[in-house]
This record gives sequence, structure tokens and C-alpha cells, in this order.
Amino acid sequence: MLFGLPLLSLVIWLPIVAGIVVMATGSDRNAGAARWLALIGALLGFLVTLPLFAQFDPSAHGFQFQERSSWIPAFNIDYHLGIDGISLLLIVLNAFTTVLVVLAGWRVIESRVSQYMAAFLVLGGVMNGVFCALDAALFYVFFEATLIPMFIIIGVWGGSNRVYAAMKFFLYTLMGSLLTLVALIYLYNVSGSFSLPAWYELEIGLAPQILVFLAFMIAFAVKVPMWPVHTWLPDAHVEAPTGGSVVLAAIMLKLGGYGFLRLSLPIVPDASHALAGLVITLSLIAVVYIGLVALVQNDMKKLIAYSSISHMGFVTLGIFLFDELGMQGAVLQMVSHGFVSGALFLCVGVLYERMHSRQIADYGGVVNSMPVFAAFFMLFAMANAGLPGTSGFVGEFLVILGAMNVNFWYAFLAALTLILSAAYMLWMYKRVIFGPIASQHVAALKEISAREALILALLAAAVLGMGIWPQPLGAVLDNSVADLLSLAARTKLP
Amino acid sequence: MTLESLNLLPALPEVFLLCAVSAILLLDLFISDRNRAYTYLLSLLTLAACAGITLGTASDRVEFAFNGLFVDDPLSDLLKVWVYIGVAGVMVYSHVYGRSRQLFRGEFFTLALFSTLGMMVMISANHLLTLYLGLELMSLSLYSMVALQRESPRSTEAAMKYFVLGALASGMLLYGMSMLYGATGTLAIPDMAQRIASGEVRGTILVFGLVFVVAGLGFKLGAVPFHMWVPDVYHGAPTAVTLLIGSAPKLATTGFIFRILAEALGSPSLVAEWQDMLVILSVLSMVVGNVAAIVQTNLKRMLAYSTISHMGFFLLGILPGSAEGYGAAVFYAIVYVLMTLASFGMILLLSREGFEAENIDDFRGLNRRSRWYAFLMLLVMFSLAGIPVLLGFWAKLAVLQVAFEAGYTGVVVAAVLLSVVGAFYYLRVVRVMYFDDPVDTAPIVNAGDQRALIAVNALALLVLGMAPGWLLAVCQQAVKASL
Repeated sequence: MLFGLPLLSLVIWLPIVAGIVVMATGSDRNAGAARWLALIGALLGFLVTLPLFAQFDPSAHGFQFQERSSWIPAFNIDYHLGIDGISLLLIVLNAFTTVLVVLAGWRVIESRVSQYMAAFLVLGGVMNGVFCALDAALFYVFFEATLIPMFIIIGVWGGSNRVYAAMKFFLYTLMGSLLTLVALIYLYNVSGSFSLPAWYELEIGLAPQILVFLAFMIAFAVKVPMWPVHTWLPDAHVEAPTGGSVVLAAIMLKLGGYGFLRLSLPIVPDASHALAGLVITLSLIAVVYIGLVALVQNDMKKLIAYSSISHMGFVTLGIFLFDELGMQGAVLQMVSHGFVSGALFLCVGVLYERMHSRQIADYGGVVNSMPVFAAFFMLFAMANAGLPGTSGFVGEFLVILGAMNVNFWYAFLAALTLILSAAYMLWMYKRVIFGPIASQHVAALKEISAREALILALLAAAVLGMGIWPQPLGAVLDNSVADLLSLAARTKLP
Repeated sequence: MTLESLNLLPALPEVFLLCAVSAILLLDLFISDRNRAYTYLLSLLTLAACAGITLGTASDRVEFAFNGLFVDDPLSDLLKVWVYIGVAGVMVYSHVYGRSRQLFRGEFFTLALFSTLGMMVMISANHLLTLYLGLELMSLSLYSMVALQRESPRSTEAAMKYFVLGALASGMLLYGMSMLYGATGTLAIPDMAQRIASGEVRGTILVFGLVFVVAGLGFKLGAVPFHMWVPDVYHGAPTAVTLLIGSAPKLATTGFIFRILAEALGSPSLVAEWQDMLVILSVLSMVVGNVAAIVQTNLKRMLAYSTISHMGFFLLGILPGSAEGYGAAVFYAIVYVLMTLASFGMILLLSREGFEAENIDDFRGLNRRSRWYAFLMLLVMFSLAGIPVLLGFWAKLAVLQVAFEAGYTGVVVAAVLLSVVGAFYYLRVVRVMYFDDPVDTAPIVNAGDQRALIAVNALALLVLGMAPGWLLAVCQQAVKASL
């Protein structure tokens, strides 16, 4: 606690309140005010996460910064917040991304600015809520509430097929998470509360465990997304505005991975072990098959979307190896993917703003008119391919090491991604950036502005910093991962 | 004859309302069309006074009046207060709409108040005859209100349909009640429960009567397969009247169900009988309501089918036959009334002279015309769809939880999957409001009280959704204290 402030509540509610204030600025006549207020709100939201980082005790076990008060006594639901190292990293990532998204939408969004900015601020706060919640009902409320702003973001500021994409996004994810609700109701009826720490101690038979696991898995697998329930993601990414894609890839997909870590493994460990093979198989299919799919995309955003699915396969793979290296790798991969995929979507956004095309074929020779941009893009493409020295390498390497501890063939298949992602990223990079100048439009491209350069530089610093010196992040995670693994290693059979 | 049995205090709100309506009816004769607003204000004052009396005389005790024909318990107080809120909301929402459609007349207000009286009697009935009298008073007032626009063929048709099917339902209910009388030899609810519990009652006749009673209830609720009248009446009636039919009477029906299923026929052996019937009604309602709503282009019809599916959810709360379950159902009914008020209220607000904003397309681009109204409607739609953190989610959670606890796992899973279907058509409204460009660009003009009410009403769904604890607790306590 800093000066006795409830830090986690601030982390959640400050962006939401800021969003409401921004929304109150009303019509586009006050767009300037809306932009500045949104930036201030996002920066404040980021600043309040810093004391969390400073005061987090990496040597302690269990949840820190806990807040608990009764919320709905009839159901024994508490407003119970608390974080461990895993949530901490994701919260900081989220707050950071919100700032970038506000900056990225600064000039691009010209209609209904206040609603746009407000939607992202509210979304950021709600997603922080997911990462902080230690009460399953609270978790579910935040988890579902993320759908509303994202639906609006895709549908209002999206591309030509935005309505279809927004509806598909909403219904697909709703479908997944409603079955989770049934599982939560079951666990409530068994235990008499929605408290996650209490559920960690609950004894459950194997058959109900498996059902609960599957119900959780549907929700989280859709969110991650895992093959074969990934089809909403390319549509949503392609149609969403740049900011929407960034938040979707950088944070929203992590809700799924986080759900596996916070709910599935500790609550139903026996089922998690029993069905680990299934999850690992699906993850490896995502890594290899979706990697191949990414290779043949003509649309840059689609390519990055498929590459996201493939990289998220690493996350689920790492989680279900039940190996310390693998799980650390999975969490670091989530963070790194947040930076890298966000950056790549921003890069595509930069090009799209100027050319209004996402087709790779329309580009070529961009380096001649935008050399600085080309350099940034190169860095992020390499990071996505997992080049050592960038953040992309750390997570993938750890997951592959973890897989090696468990089974050689897992590691072998997972390592194929290093080849595949290098292939599709470099090939795309070559066709877009190098080669002869494709058209007059490309020749007339303007170099990135100072604002765009600032955003990309911040991300580049994050990617390189995490790649060169991942130790601080690892230190934050050590105990949390160890705790989680020991929870997942117990048997809860009665 | 003791002094106790002469005690009319428990029925004070009803007595007051009857006197007040009669006075308004007389006064209205001397009020010219120009000054009709006095009738409107008097009606609102009457409802406020009723609320004051009900809350002022509320206690945790169960009191009887009229030799046990009438009961005043915490549940009846709770439901009545929400009935007042519902009817007052209807009046506020509809006065501008009514002015341009010959609905702003004394009859509208007095009939609405008489139907309120009927609802109150239903809620407080302790005897099947009282129950039936209340039901008919409410229904007859509503039938005539549907037909209030004499020149409109559509409303006349709706009124005929409503009347004929309503009469059929009443007939079934009466027939069922007569069977219950034949089996138990009494119409008083506590006596009936006692005789059934004593085990000396012929089961066959009782179950036979039960079937008819449940069918009659199904009609009144609009549960499938007794739902045919709902879309036509909702669509055909003037929107102001649709709003009335769709809101407060659901609370009266809740009271009705509580009296008859929980109090009169609540013995464990009978509960098992009606549970089987309610499961079918509930699942069918959710299926038909949600699926049929998808293809509607008229918002009033869509909301009618959505009502049917909501009644399916509501019945999930009745299923377990436990105090917790009834509490959840009462909570669901109250939340449902709040949502109906806001959704039809928005239609009324966007309508103007010579134009009914009743098609989904009429909401196209609302976000460009009025960001505030679009936002409020967005809250209402997501609440109806049951998305957290809005109030509708907690209502769903409450009924799903009690049904799950009672072992209806399959029904709960079906309900959950069908609410994904439901989300589709609510989303469609949000979609046209936010994603499309407006076709109708006329300015939206409303009275101040309407604007204030819609804001309070829709924001209540959000605010109460963040703190649903107290309302849920109030419902649970009222049911527990009344059983």
C-alpha cells in the first residue's frame, strides 16, 4: 500500500473513471479535449501501476496487495483483489499498451473521438480487473465486460466488413464463456463461495473435474485462441481499427492464457494433468499448422493475426508442460507477444493510414521513402521470428527448453516455429519493404511523424530491453510460477 | 366475530386506491382536454401516496383481513411497491406519446389505476376467489386499454385477440380451481395447503386441477405453448399500453404464482408434479422466444418474443420450489420490469406525432442523433442479453444458480446456450444504433420528466448491476418472511 491507498482498485477504476470523463466531453467539437484527457487518464493509469512494481516483493509467496470486502452477500461474492508476479506483468503491460493506443489513435480517429478514447480506457480498466480478481464471480464479470467496449470498437471504427467481424467476435466469445458460468455455478454449489483461494483447496472428484476443465477450456481456448476455435480472430483483427487490433493481440488474448493459469490449473489439477495431452496437441497444431497458414496470407494484418495464433500456441504449450521453465516461458511469451504483436499491428496501421491497403502486393520498396520506419519494422519482424536479443527469443527459448525436459518431439515440433516464423515474417518484410518501388503511391509515402516514432521507439525499447536483460521479469515470476506449479502438482481427488 | 377480523389496515393501500380512482374518475369529467395534465398529475400522486401507505404500514408480520380472504405479508409489500413504480413509469413515459394519439384521456389513467388495483388484489389474495377477482379486474382494464384507440384496426384486432385468449385462460384457470375445490373442499389458500398436507385428498383430481391451473398461468405469463397472443398484442396495442401490459402485470403474476404454487400447492408431492410441467414450459419458452426473436424486424414484436424467453428464465427460479428459488424469481421479475420499462420507454421517447419508432431500422444511427439515448439503449440491450456487469446478468445468475442447485443441470446448460442466441438479436439493436448511419434525422423532442426517467431507469440497470446485493437480499428476505 502506498500512503494506504488501495492500489489495485486504483489500477482498475482510475482508467474507467477517466473513460467516463472523456465520454462526457461529448461531440467532436471537443475532440482536442477528449484526446488530451484520454492521454492524461492513460498516463495516470500507467503511473499507478509503477508503485505496484516497486513494492512487489518477489521473495514472498501468495497474493500481494490484497483487498477484500463483501460485495454480494446473498451469493457470498467478495470484492477480492490480489496479484502475483504473473498478474503484475500483465497489468503493467496493459497499462502501457493503453497509453500507446491513445497515442496511436491521436490523428487517425476523427469521428466520435471521445467515444473511441473512452472505450479504450474503460477496456483497459476492465482488463486490469480480470488480472486482479481473486473472486471467481468478479473475474467472470470483468472477463465478460471486456466484450462490450471491444464490440463497439470493432463495429464503429472498423473496416468495411466490420459488422460481421464484431458480431462474430462477440457471439463466439460469449458462447465460450457462458459454459464457464455453469462451471462456476457448480463450484459455488459445492463450496458455498466464489473465492478462488478457497477453490484451490476444494476436493473434487475426477469426473466433475474433467467437466469443469472442459467448460473452462472452451472459454479460454476461444480467447487465446487455440486451433480449431481461432476463426474469429483473423476476422476481428482484419476489420478492427489499428488500436483495436493492438489491444486485442497484446492484452485480450492473454485473458485466455491467464485464465488457464489462474483457474484451470489450480482448481482442477487432476483434470489438467489428465487432459494436458489434448491441450499440448492442439497447441502444437496451432504452432505448426497455423504457422504454415500464415505463410500464404496476402493481407498483412491477417498474416500477423495468424502469427499471433501460432505464437499463442507456445503459451498454452508452455503452461501444460507442468515444467518450471516452460511455465516461465509461457508467461514471458505472453508479455513479449504483447509488445511484438502490438508493434507489428501499429506498423501495419502506419502503412494503412497512408495507402489504405493492407495487401502485400500493393507494396514494395517502402524503404526508399520511409527508412526510419523500415528499421523499426525490421526490428519487430525479427522479434516476432524469435531472434536472440529480442523479447521474442526469451519466451520461446524457455518453452522449447521446458518441452525438451518433457518430450523431445514436443520440443522438435515447437522449434519448427523458429523456421516458420522467420520464413513468413522475412518474406513479408522483403515484399513490402524492399524490391522495386511498386507504385507512385509508395514513392510518395511520408516518413513516420514524431508521434509515431515515439510510439515505436517505446515499444522497441521494451522489446530490446526484455530481450537483453530478462532477469528482472524472471525474478518477479520465480515464486509465483513455483507456487502455481505446486498447486497444480497436488491431487484434489477426495 | 372479533375485532381482529374487522381489521382493514392490511388492505389500506387498496382501499385508498379505490377511493382515489373513483375521485379521479369523477373529477376528470369536469376537466377540459386542455387541462388533462391534472388527471395525469393526480394519478401519479395517487400512486406515490399508495407507495407511502404500503411502505408506512410494512412490517415483517403476516396479517390477514376480510376473514382471511386477504393477506398482507412482506412479499406483497415488496411486489406492490414495484407495481406502483412500474405503473408510474408507464404514465411518465407515455404522456407525450399519448397526447398525439388520443390516449391522453381520463380513461387511460383511470383504467391503468384500476388495473393496478387488480394487480394489488392478486398479490395480496389469500383465497382463490380473491385471486380470480383481482386477475379479472386487472385483465378487463387491460383489454379495454388495448382497444382505447377505436379507429385503429390493428389495436382493435389485438384487443379482440387478447380478450378471447384471455377469457379462455381465465376459463381454464377457473376450471382448475373448481377441481382443486372439489378435491380439497376449500378455496382458502392456507386451508387448502393444510388439507393437502394431511394426505386425505384424492390425488387424481388434484393433479387434474393442477394441470389446468398451470395452463392458465402459462397463458398469463405468455409461456410457450400458451404464448400465441403475446407478439400480436404487444405489436398491435398502442406502445404505451404495450408498456403497461409488459411490465407491472408480470409482478402480479409472480404474486399469483407464489400464492397458488408455493402456498396452496406447495406440498412436496405436488411440487414434483408441477415441476415436470414447468420444465417443459420453461425450456420451450426459451427456445421459441429466442429463436423467433431473431427474425423479427419490428422491435415491439422482437421484445415480445424476448419477453417469452425471459419468462422461461423466470420459471427456472420457480422450478426448485424452494424459498431461495422464489426469491430469485421475484428478483428476476423486478429486474425484468425495470428492463421492459426502459426498452419500451425508449420506443415511446423516439416516437413523435404521426411516427412510431417501432422498427429496428428506426434506431439506425441513433448514436449520431443522440449519443446519450444510444448509450442508454445500449445499457438496456446488454442488460436484457445478460452481459455483466448489468443488472440482467445477476437476475440470470440467480435463477440459474437455484435451478442448478436443484439438479436441473441439463436445463441450465440449455438456458445458457440459448442466451447466446438471445444475445444475437439484442446485439442487432446495438449494431444498428452504433454501426449504421441514420435514416431518420428528425430531432428528438421529449418532455423533461421523460428524459429524467429514462436516464434514471437505464442507469439503474448499471448502478444496481454494480451493487445488486441489497435488492437480491430484499427479495430473499421478503419471500422467507412470507412463506
